[in-house]
Amino acid sequence: MFPEIFETRPIRLWLDNGLEWIVIHWGDQFEAAAMPLLWLLNSIEAGLLAIPWWLIIAFFTGLAYLATRRWPLPTVVLVSLIFLGVMELWEDAIKTMALMIAATITAIVVSLPIGIAMARSEILRRVVTPILDLMQTMPSFVYLIPTVMIFGPGKIPALLATIIYAAPPLVRLTDLGIRQVASNVLEAAQAFGASPRQRLFGVQIPLALPTILAGINQTTMMALAMVVIASMIGAGGLGYQVLQGIGRLEVSRGILAGLGIVVLAIIFDRITQAFGKQLQAQIGVTGERS
Amino acid sequence: MANSKIALRGVTKIFGPRPDEVLAQLQAGASKDDLQADTGHVIGLNNVDLNVAEGELHVVMGLSGSGKSTLIRHVNRLIDPTAGTIEVNGRDVLQMDMDELRQFRRTEIAMVFQKFGLLPHRSVIDNVAYGLEIRGVEKTERLKTAEEWIAKVGLEGYEASRPHQLSGGQQQRVGLARALAMDVDILLMDEAFSALDPLIRSGMQDELLALQKDLNKTILFITHDFDEALKIGDQVTVLQDGAVIQSGRPEEVVLNPANPHVEEFVADVNRARAIHVQTIMEVGDFERCASAVEVGACCEDVLPLFAEHDWVGVNAEDGKQIGRLTVKQVIKALARHS
Repeated sequence: MFPEIFETRPIRLWLDNGLEWIVIHWGDQFEAAAMPLLWLLNSIEAGLLAIPWWLIIAFFTGLAYLATRRWPLPTVVLVSLIFLGVMELWEDAIKTMALMIAATITAIVVSLPIGIAMARSEILRRVVTPILDLMQTMPSFVYLIPTVMIFGPGKIPALLATIIYAAPPLVRLTDLGIRQVASNVLEAAQAFGASPRQRLFGVQIPLALPTILAGINQTTMMALAMVVIASMIGAGGLGYQVLQGIGRLEVSRGILAGLGIVVLAIIFDRITQAFGKQLQAQIGVTGERS
Repeated sequence: MANSKIALRGVTKIFGPRPDEVLAQLQAGASKDDLQADTGHVIGLNNVDLNVAEGELHVVMGLSGSGKSTLIRHVNRLIDPTAGTIEVNGRDVLQMDMDELRQFRRTEIAMVFQKFGLLPHRSVIDNVAYGLEIRGVEKTERLKTAEEWIAKVGLEGYEASRPHQLSGGQQQRVGLARALAMDVDILLMDEAFSALDPLIRSGMQDELLALQKDLNKTILFITHDFDEALKIGDQVTVLQDGAVIQSGRPEEVVLNPANPHVEEFVADVNRARAIHVQTIMEVGDFERCASAVEVGACCEDVLPLFAEHDWVGVNAEDGKQIGRLTVKQVIKALARHS
C-alpha cells in the first residue's frame, strides 16, 4: 500500500463544497448563459420536425448526389432514411440529428478561432493542446455530474457534454490545416504585400479547408458517439431508445435504435467526406506539382 | 550611383538567437566557420554590397548555401538584415513601418519564385490578378490586365485552369505573368527557371529576354547556373559563403575568374559561346575583309568562317568594319585558363 503522506479529505471536501457554492451562487447565471445553446438546439429540432419527411429524404439524397456526382451514395442514403421511417424511428432520429447538428455548429464556432489562434501562436498551442487531451480522455461521466448539478438534467448538459467531447478534433485539425499551408505560397502572398488578414482569409483558410472539413467530419461522428450518454441526462432521441432497450431488456428496441444511429453516422460521414474529396481534387492533392 | 534602383550596403545577416553578439565577433575578424562552430549561428550574408542600375538585368550567382536566396529576400524585406542598409527606388526599405512596407510591396516591386508560389485554389486568371487584388484594383480592371498578361506569356485558353493542371513551365509562366501584371519597375526572380526542364528553361530565358527588350525593367535574378547568367545577365555578382567574391560583366568573370571557386564555376562554361568577338578583336581601321560578323557575335559564330578565310572582319551595327580577327586570337581566347 502506498503510505498516506497527508490527509486528502480536505481537498475532496474543498472541491465538493466549491462546486456546491458555484451551483448555489452562480447556477442561474450559468443557466442564462447557456440559453442561446438551448434555443439553437430547440429551433433546429423544431425546424427539422416541421419539414415533411419526404422533403428531408429528398434533401439528403440530393446532397449526396451533389457530393459524389454518382448514384451509389444517394441510393444508400435514400434506403437508410426510409429504413428509419419504416421502423418508426423518424422522430427520434430527427431529435438525435438536431443534437448532433447543434453540437457541431457550436463546435465550429468555438473551434475555428481557437485552431487559427493556435496555428499562429506557439505558446497558445502549448497551453491548449493538453486541455484538448484532457477533454478527449477524461471519461465523460466525470464532467456530466457537475454539469448536471449546475444546469439540472435536460438538454443543456447533454449538449455541453457532446460539445466538450466532439470539439477537440476540429480544433486540432484546424490548427494542423493552417500550419500545413505550403510556406512558399504564404511567402508569395507576403511578397505581394498581403496583410495578415488577407493571408488568413485569402490563402490559409481556403487551403486548410479540406483538413478543416475532415475535422468537421470527426466532430459529427464523435457527437453521434455521445448520444447514448447524452440521453442519460435528458437528451431524447435514438440514444434514449437504446437506453430504454437496455433498461427493459428489450433487445429489439436497442438494436433498431442502435442501427438508427449507425445509419445517421453513415449518412453524415460519407457526405462530408465526399465534399472533402471534391475540395481536395479542386486544389490538387499537395497544392503544387513538383 | 545616381540611377541605382537597388543598392545594398554592407548587408549582413546572421541567423540565430543572438545575432548582435555574433555580429560584433564577425566584424572583429572571426571566420564564418569558427563562428558557426562556436556559437551555432549561421552567417547568411557577410557585408554584401550590391548595385543594380535602372533597366539592368543583374544576375546573382552562387551554389546552394551561398546566401543568394537570402540576399534577394532582403530587397523586399521578407528577411530583415542584422546590419547594413538597403535602398530601393531611392528609399530606405529598413526605415519603413509595416504599412509602408506593405504599400511598397504592393506598388513598387514584384517577385517570381523557384517553387512558383501559386495559389492552388484559384484559377490561372485569379492567380495572375492576385497582386492587383491585394493592391485593391477593382475587379473588372484587374481581370482585364490579367488577361492581357496571360496572352503575353502564351497561356491563352488556360484562364480557368487550376495551377495543378498545368506543367511546370506553364506554372512558372503564370508566376511571371503575376509579377509582370503588377506593372512595377523592379522584378525579383529567385531561381525562377531552376525547377524547369532544360529545354523549357531555355525557352523561358528567351522569352524573358524578349519581354525585357520591351519592358526595360530592373531585374535581380538569382541562379546557380552560370550558363543562365551568361545568357541573360548584363551584370553578374558571384556569392560564396554569403560574401561577394566577384562582380562584373559575365564575360569578364569567365575570362578572369577572381578565385579558384569562381574558376571551378566557369570551368564547364561553353567559352566559344560566352566570349564575344568584340572582346578579343584587333581594333582598328583595316582593309575590309572578305567575310565579316556583327559586333554582337560570339566565337562560336566566327569559327566556321575560318575554314575559308584567314581574316574575319567585325562590323558595327551600321555595317562599318571596326576590327578584325585571326584564328590565332580566337584559339588563344578559348584556350586561356584551361
